[in-house]
Amino acid sequence: MSQETVNQLQELREEIDQIKNKVTGLENNRLDQLSIAIIAGDFDKILATMIIALAAAAQDTKVKLFFSFWSLSALRDRNKKAKGKDIISRMFGMMLPKEKNRLKLSRMNMGGMGPRMIKSLMKKQNVMSLDRMFSEAAGLGIEITVCEMSMNLMGFKKEELIDYPGLRFAGAATFVAEAAESSFQFFIS
Amino acid sequence: MTAEELKNVAVSKSVDARGTACPGPLLEAKKAIGTIGAGDVMEVLSADEGTRIDIPKWCAKQGHEYLGTLEESGYFKIYLRKK
Repeated sequence: MSQETVNQLQELREEIDQIKNKVTGLENNRLDQLSIAIIAGDFDKILATMIIALAAAAQDTKVKLFFSFWSLSALRDRNKKAKGKDIISRMFGMMLPKEKNRLKLSRMNMGGMGPRMIKSLMKKQNVMSLDRMFSEAAGLGIEITVCEMSMNLMGFKKEELIDYPGLRFAGAATFVAEAAESSFQFFIS
Repeated sequence: MTAEELKNVAVSKSVDARGTACPGPLLEAKKAIGTIGAGDVMEVLSADEGTRIDIPKWCAKQGHEYLGTLEESGYFKIYLRKK
């Protein structure tokens, strides 16, 4: 081998070592954790989110759900009332679904017929209801964070949201910081 | 394991998840695995075709040993050994 080839090989080896170190560093920084940001508030999209979240939690992956904008309807409790809202907030509150079972389908909603059909199919095919999925999620320690800014923007109040263990209120920075530690991140819009 | 070995394996826990669709069988398997000891065999009954693919993947992630699946009429018997 010529001296030049030997030098080139040496350089390549050094580069490979550097890359190896970088990869190990990245791997060590990532937790066995899934972060999902949810923007959509459609029944089917919340359902898909919960199915993926439960499947991940079933294999001991830590799951962090960040609910924002339209998805907040899924966290409302129709039996709870919030006082002191201005007129626009009251309008938003009236027009948006009051709980997860009243969410619309993103397609084939057909004035509410679609969701009814899906729910009866789910029952027939033994798919868990959204209510059941949320209680399973709570049992598995799936974390739910409410985007405080979008909650205020849409005129929702903490008092009208569901009882969920450890329900947190935080901002986008919290999602971004925690998503950076996760080994995978999804965005449901 | 061969089908013959699976039929004769000593099962410590049987989980009947035929009444629930994805991801129900996984959740039931997760709950049940905590009740048996290391090295014990568990069987999961599922009518869900997807579960037959999901359970081996779940085993790989959790470190349990997937032993095999027997096909019965209308459902599957999926066997695994706890790590």
